[in-house]
Amino acid sequence: MNGILPVAAHVALLVLLPPLLPGIIGKTKALVAGRRGPPLLQAYRDIGKLLRKGAVYGRPTTWVFRAGPLVALAATFVAGLIVPLAAGSGPLDFAGDVVAFAALLGLGRFFTMAAALDTASSFEGMGASREAAFGAFVEPGLFLALTIVCIPAGSATFARAWAALPWTVWSPTWPVVLIAAVVLGIMLLAENSRIPVDDPATHLELTMIHEVMVLDHSGPDLAFITYGAALKLLVVAALLVHLVVPVPAEGGWAGVLWFLAGTAAVAVVIGVVESTNARLRLQRVPGFLIGAAALAAVGVAVLVARGQP
Amino acid sequence: MTALADGLLLLVLVTDLYILASSRLAACVRATAVQGVLLAALPLVLWGPGGGVPLVHLLLMSAGALAVKAGVIPALLLRAAREANARREVEPYVSLHLSVLLGAALVGLSLWLARVLVPPGDVAATLLVPAAFATALLGFLMLVARKYAVTQVVGYLMLDNGVFIFGQSLAGALPVMVELGILLDLLVAVFVMGIAIHHISREFDHIDTRALASLRD
Amino acid sequence: MHLVALVAIPALFGLLTLRWRAVPVQLGALLGGAALHLGLTAAAWVWRPAPLGDSLALDDVGMLFLSITSVLFAASAVYAVEYLTAPTHDEPAKLHRFVPYLLLFLSAMTLVTATHHFAVLWVAIEATTLASAPLVYFYRRGPALEAAWKYLMICSVGIALALLGTFFLAAAATAAAPGAPSLTLRGLTAAAPAMPRAWLRAAFVLALVGYGTKMGLAPMHTWLPDTHSQAPSPVSALLSGALLNCAFLGVLRFFQVCLASGDAAFARTLLTLLGFVSIAVATAFLFGQRDYKRLFAYSSVENMGILAVGVGLGGAATYGAMLHAVNHSFAKAGLFLLAGNVLRRYGTTDARAVKGAAAQLPLSGPLLFALFLAISGMPPFGPFMSELTIFQAALAGPSWWLGVAFIALLVVAALGLAGVLLPMLQGGAPAGSVPARERALAVAPPFVLAAVVLLLGVYVPGALADFLARVARLVGGAS
Repeated sequence: MNGILPVAAHVALLVLLPPLLPGIIGKTKALVAGRRGPPLLQAYRDIGKLLRKGAVYGRPTTWVFRAGPLVALAATFVAGLIVPLAAGSGPLDFAGDVVAFAALLGLGRFFTMAAALDTASSFEGMGASREAAFGAFVEPGLFLALTIVCIPAGSATFARAWAALPWTVWSPTWPVVLIAAVVLGIMLLAENSRIPVDDPATHLELTMIHEVMVLDHSGPDLAFITYGAALKLLVVAALLVHLVVPVPAEGGWAGVLWFLAGTAAVAVVIGVVESTNARLRLQRVPGFLIGAAALAAVGVAVLVARGQP
Repeated sequence: MTALADGLLLLVLVTDLYILASSRLAACVRATAVQGVLLAALPLVLWGPGGGVPLVHLLLMSAGALAVKAGVIPALLLRAAREANARREVEPYVSLHLSVLLGAALVGLSLWLARVLVPPGDVAATLLVPAAFATALLGFLMLVARKYAVTQVVGYLMLDNGVFIFGQSLAGALPVMVELGILLDLLVAVFVMGIAIHHISREFDHIDTRALASLRD
Repeated sequence: MHLVALVAIPALFGLLTLRWRAVPVQLGALLGGAALHLGLTAAAWVWRPAPLGDSLALDDVGMLFLSITSVLFAASAVYAVEYLTAPTHDEPAKLHRFVPYLLLFLSAMTLVTATHHFAVLWVAIEATTLASAPLVYFYRRGPALEAAWKYLMICSVGIALALLGTFFLAAAATAAAPGAPSLTLRGLTAAAPAMPRAWLRAAFVLALVGYGTKMGLAPMHTWLPDTHSQAPSPVSALLSGALLNCAFLGVLRFFQVCLASGDAAFARTLLTLLGFVSIAVATAFLFGQRDYKRLFAYSSVENMGILAVGVGLGGAATYGAMLHAVNHSFAKAGLFLLAGNVLRRYGTTDARAVKGAAAQLPLSGPLLFALFLAISGMPPFGPFMSELTIFQAALAGPSWWLGVAFIALLVVAALGLAGVLLPMLQGGAPAGSVPARERALAVAPPFVLAAVVLLLGVYVPGALADFLARVARLVGGAS
């Protein structure tokens, strides 16, 4: 990315946009259910309120518990700097940054789990083990979907990959790109603990995955976690948005508008999916994720076979 | 047209994987119906008007495939399943997770096979031959992995669909009557299988084929 | 027209009997259909019918199998009339569940022998499976249902593979001659030399595995013992004696295309290999076999293996195989019909429960012994001559040890058969039991079949030998 303006725009989007997404999702769910729902900007108020409160730390916790939310947020933020938002590339753009992106998300997940285990409470431990198990199924799916996206460009760099994607329906690779979009959508739901993988609105600890890992956090830590979750949603959604919406490579106002529209659309779709589906039984989630990963594998195989003469 | 045909065939592969992953009998049969619709569209997309094959021939094939594969056969199977009161399959010999993974691997194998065994003619460019092999192989997997009679018949249908897809590369080689005859044979075969399933469910009160293992040496 | 009548008359009679269930109608249609079919087949020997379009044509190979089918059907039909209407039958027999399907079965088999179009061949072979499945399930019992289900599924899957093989063949033909490929035997043999090798071979493999499943070649034979043992005896006779041949005809048609292409060595190797595997596997299962109908079924697997070996070896062995097709069909059909008589007398298919059959069944017993000798390859019966021909041809060929292996397996198989059948026949009748009064219709058909087998062992008429030699030449034999 060249110039201070695009970088500033990217950072601004990255910092200011995330809390809007849970707002859109909540509003969509409410409207589908026939209610008016919370205001769109409610998440900003919640985060602000949490920042002003004090934190309480349990006695068994160590520095890991305090560091968890911070590291997760930082990792997600850096991942957000790598992934292109409103333009064809992000401020951090280097060879192999797709792999770095996935690794950063993994780092964030690891520290969230570590902080949960650090509380020495069985609820958080249960959540951490579930997160680890499901993460093992999400990672291959995410990687395979990203592989599909990287094959036409032949490079594991976001800038090149997005530049090489076809945009017309008549190009031969569009069916596979469609598969990549579907699989990324499923991984989006899984990574961000949405229905049908996890229910963000449940209050029964035994049915939670992500919510239960952060039970003991309070005050600014909880603010970081809430904000971090929304940031992760934005960052992973950005992948999907670039697949389905033609964001111009140079960015500019057109890029920002397209990106905002795309992200809003993704949030609405998530809201609709959450309203119309129930959460899968925990035993069925691996099957669901494996199916998505197998689908992505088929897409990769088709692309590879077609690519070679 | 190639892209559209490829898209159709990719969707056929997706339905194959969906059938492998599904333990609900009704879902499997309905997915077969969806496959039937896709396969009925295939001749028109592949050979289209002006592709060297008479339009009447193509329309007859499409209509026949639609009626048989997407209409009558799924209806027969759904009725058989409903009469047998069977909803969900018991845990199959090859678990659902493993089936899906094996299925993806078999799709990869088919793609490789199609590169080795390049078909003559100009359809080598599309996904036709790989999808044909893959659907046939995945049908085999279903036949071997599943215990319920209805899902075994679904596996047989997938095998037949795979052969049908391959046959599409030869459209025009077979007279229309013969192709319709092949479809009719399939229909009668599934009809007879449906009757057999009816008898099995009346005899054993279920359609688990593990009960059909008493004859041995 | 002649060919259409051959196929259509049994089909029409079959449809008629589906509609009208009265016993006289059923019996009349069965016997009338058998007689008409036999008459039309005999007429075909004198005036060979002309081909009809692309679909129907009768060459020497088809003529051979058609004749076997027709004669066997007549014998089984006569036997079935007695078998199903006799008062000692353990279940009130519902003729309308039997006759229509039997007639449709005949029609389908006739179509298999009378077509040169590979797709029509496929439709006909699948039709034989569909027509015979209800016959297997005639006795509405659990094991019969199991046998019918396995038969239906395994054979349909095999036949689907054969369809893929047919399509592969068409694809190969497209490569050889651009434009719409012909799927007739003439068209394919003409295009054969230019066909890409890989596709032709793949097509043959698929056809061998697919139609070979229906034929009963190991390792795809697993459905056969169950099916042939659970079906009623006249049906078993037809299944073993006629249907397996028709499936073999499917393989032979593909083999003919391979011959025309000049790449027959690959096909011959596969045929010989699968043939030997079949003989070996069947022989192993003959020993200690409890059910005598299953015993006969495994013997059918073995004999199908012999046919495959004969054709695979080529030369004089192919003539031996064609002669063996006749011998085995007649002998095996006779054996199954006699098994029906034994079953009715003893009420069980358990071989160990049957003792002193030679005494208790004064007509069927000795016939059973005679046919046992025949099927074991003993002189002076027919199978001895045909197996000897194959053995000699194998010895004279490049791999003489194949001949040694062949004869060794056959000897072992004979021992296996003897081990089960002889105890059944020997032994005196238990005190106080009366030898059965056997009805003529139940003994005449197997007697006629046994007589033919004996005749062929002693003297093969010149005309028949010439005819078989012509057939053998068509499928790659040299003499």
